[in-house]
Amino acid sequence: MNLAEMQKKLIAAARDNAPGDGVPYAFEKRVMALLAARVAPQNLDLWVCGLWRAAVSCVAVALLCGAWAVFTPAITTNSTDLSQDFENTLLASVDQGDQTP
Amino acid sequence: MERTEAEMIAAVLKGDSASFEPLIQKYSPRVFATARRYARRESEVEDIAQEVWLKAFEKLKSFRGEAPFEHWLMRMTVRTCYDFLRGHQRNRESSFSDLSDPESDWLERFVTAPETAGESAAAARLLVGRVLERLSPQARLVITLLEIEDRSVREISALTGWSVPLVKVRAFRARAEMRKILAKMSKDKYL
Repeated sequence: MNLAEMQKKLIAAARDNAPGDGVPYAFEKRVMALLAARVAPQNLDLWVCGLWRAAVSCVAVALLCGAWAVFTPAITTNSTDLSQDFENTLLASVDQGDQTP
Repeated sequence: MERTEAEMIAAVLKGDSASFEPLIQKYSPRVFATARRYARRESEVEDIAQEVWLKAFEKLKSFRGEAPFEHWLMRMTVRTCYDFLRGHQRNRESSFSDLSDPESDWLERFVTAPETAGESAAAARLLVGRVLERLSPQARLVITLLEIEDRSVREISALTGWSVPLVKVRAFRARAEMRKILAKMSKDKYL
């Protein structure tokens, strides 16, 4: 059997039989719908990513503040007691009134 | 006034996705015709075409406008078809013993009187489909582009991304592979 000849004939058969270029009905609409569905999650992903980053930053700042509060030595001198100073200032006029005859 | 292709592409890149639709309408016939060369079932053809357009939308930024959009799109189509062939190699090892009657008749006619076995016969078209299905993805791509679509080696190189010498080597191997399959077909049929 002449295989080269058969190959030539079969390729000629394939060449004569070009496939059709028909497009299914509303194919472009389907692709556009798929694209729209893909774009929406992408926007959502951006938001989720941004919010996660913000959350991580907030936790880091909270931890730093906590560490600063825990490890900073407490100041115990009376003169810098803020509540006492506030009270003294507020009641200064009353104290002065009591002392005057 | 009708917009040009370049204007539509620029609009898509600026975020107006709707401008992509006229491009799909215009070039889908070519994408479908190409996909039908590599996939038999219509559902597979649609999957390929859909993937081509989704890829085209995603990669539109990489289109620089130096060559026509159609060339860029056809490159993407051929590469998607090649990926499809690589992913669907299941039928390659089956035998030729299940040829239909018209196919067997065509083969017999070719053996007894080759000139009477016409290439326009429906049986010849079925047979060539079977033979192409048994080729490796590389061989099928090269045979289709070079022999059936009658493209030049340089064009195939541009479409596939293979170098010109590589296309030549693969074309040589593809023809040999095809002859081997034809020999197997004859052997299965007559021995």
